[in-house]
Amino acid sequence: MILQDNLGPNGDSIYNALMQAHAGLSEAESHALNARLVLMLINEVADPDRIAALLQEARSPASSV
Amino acid sequence: MAYDYTPFPYVAPPGLTEPETRHPVVIVGAGPIGLAMAIDLAQQGVRSVVLDDNNVVSVGSRAICWAKRTLEVFDRLGVGDRMLAKGVTWKVGRLFHGDKPVYSFDLLPEEGHKYPAFINLQQYYVEQYLVERAQELPDLIDLRFLNKVTGHTDKGDHVVIDVETPDGTYQLEADYYVAAEGAASPTRKRMNLPFEGQTFEEHFLIVDVEMQQSPFETDSPERWFWFAPPFHHGQSALLHKQPDNIYRIDLQLGPDTDPKAEATEEKVIPRIKAIVGDTPFRLDWMSVYKFRCAKLDNFVHNRVLFVGDSAHVVSPFGARGGNGGIQDVDNLGWKLAAVLSGDAPAALLDSYSEERCHGSAENILNSSRATNFMTPKTPIEALFRNAVLDLAETHPFARKLINSGRLSQPCSLHGKTLQSGDHPLVGQSLIDAPVGNGWLVEQAQGAFTLLSIGDDAAPDVEGIRPLHIAAPSPELSRRYGAGHYLIRPDGHICACFGSADRDQITAALARAKGQSR
Ligand SMILES: Cc1cc2nc3c(=O)[nH]c(=O)nc-3n(C[C@H](O)[C@H](O)[C@H](O)COP(=O)(O)OP(=O)(O)OC[C@H]3O[C@@H](n4cnc5c(N)ncnc54)[C@H](O)[C@@H]3O)c2cc1C
Repeated sequence: MILQDNLGPNGDSIYNALMQAHAGLSEAESHALNARLVLMLINEVADPDRIAALLQEARSPASSV
Repeated sequence: MAYDYTPFPYVAPPGLTEPETRHPVVIVGAGPIGLAMAIDLAQQGVRSVVLDDNNVVSVGSRAICWAKRTLEVFDRLGVGDRMLAKGVTWKVGRLFHGDKPVYSFDLLPEEGHKYPAFINLQQYYVEQYLVERAQELPDLIDLRFLNKVTGHTDKGDHVVIDVETPDGTYQLEADYYVAAEGAASPTRKRMNLPFEGQTFEEHFLIVDVEMQQSPFETDSPERWFWFAPPFHHGQSALLHKQPDNIYRIDLQLGPDTDPKAEATEEKVIPRIKAIVGDTPFRLDWMSVYKFRCAKLDNFVHNRVLFVGDSAHVVSPFGARGGNGGIQDVDNLGWKLAAVLSGDAPAALLDSYSEERCHGSAENILNSSRATNFMTPKTPIEALFRNAVLDLAETHPFARKLINSGRLSQPCSLHGKTLQSGDHPLVGQSLIDAPVGNGWLVEQAQGAFTLLSIGDDAAPDVEGIRPLHIAAPSPELSRRYGAGHYLIRPDGHICACFGSADRDQITAALARAKGQSR
């Protein structure tokens, strides 16, 4: 699992592209987009051990403000 | 202590009584950019008249963050050491989400640079130091306060300028007219030039307070930034230290707040108390403003040249307004001097527009991204933003995504007309390093310089100042490696050579001066 920065100088533009992908969508459409995106990224990663680790890490509680 | 705004004296200009001979350059506006422009030209022997409708420095601190590259330009203009000595250099930045610390970072400066990543210094000091520097060059800089430009006409080979003073009006003629009149630029409006971009709805409340006791836990100054601050219903807040124990508090107000109602002592004082506790403080200055990101399509219109805020405006995140304007000066100064002396064709000025349009577009892109991160427009944007902040508590990758403004850095001019070849350093701005008892920025700026590192010296080429360093410092070696680097007067590397071939160097110089394509 890579939790160090892996995007280098492209971080801001990639984050911006993600926001652009959501532009103009309703909340329900955005959730659907996120779901499709997660499934596609999972397919991209492919390795079951890494996916299991990522799922566990993402589930660990992070208190929201 | 509050800054003492001593007015600069008004002197009745000669043009009121008899026509003045044509001036090589008239600069409209004595803000940081117009003043720096006059000094840069004067240091190259070019005379200018600077006209300003006002007679005091910037009221309020306004631009406070001056980036390393700006300080290096100020070094060349003879004011860098003074700015550094007065400015505040901070090291630790802390980020909060609500009242919860997300993480802090130590901005440990990399060794081997004369200037730090940036300093905090109120714009009124920057302008004061620039005015005082300009006054050291009285034969070359004619500073005229309370001289308001009300009209101009481009006659093709010169510009006629209408000026209003307390004693009446007069006209001036100039070979070149530099518009440095700030964001509202009357020149731009008179010429009907489109100034397009994005306006943001958020208002900012900026407050300067003076307090003897530091609000930070340690003695060293820090930068505190809040997303969704607990002490007001806005989007973000920033606390920064300036010289003279003045602290800058920037509060981003929600789009629905009434800015006038917010900028009152009754509203502001409780918020400041929520940030600093019971420490006694004095309100020094307060201002509400709204920003936009916009630029001209072209900064050069025959004899009329635009610099600074009159050419481009950006949102404040990343401190790119004042810093971006100083880059304009650095880029234009040597070109205008070369054109006026006949050393380069007038077409060289087009490269100023090419290069600085590119630089200001990059500044606008960066500051718009920061603005978007800080002010999520939809629930989904807020969801992602908050997820980034949550992840950042434990995961380094997410810290990199937090965008509270990326600090101003010089753009690369790689691939632009004046540069030769595609070595990765071509187009980059000079990276400082120790050289002998001093610094590269002290020796490689202000004239075309051929930096040769290693055993071979370069052949003499007319118009190039050689700088041969046979025994480089480790930093110089690491940052450049062995080889020959042709550096423009503004510190951009315009060509690199493995071996020093006179013809290649001569060709690269001609290209950099717009003498060939
Ligand atoms: C609240 C605030 C915070 C900011 N913070 C930062 C920061 O941290 N870092 C940063 O880099 N930038 C910052 N900026 C931006 C920065 O202040 C500007 O980019 C900078 O002042 C631009 O300089 P300038 O010389 O182009 O224009 P100005 O400073 O606006 O100067 C223009 C001058 O022209 C004069 N003038 C106007 N019209 C005429 C006329 N018709 N005739 C004669 N003279 C005229 C004006 O009186 C003025 O003196 C901030 C701005 C604001 C408002």
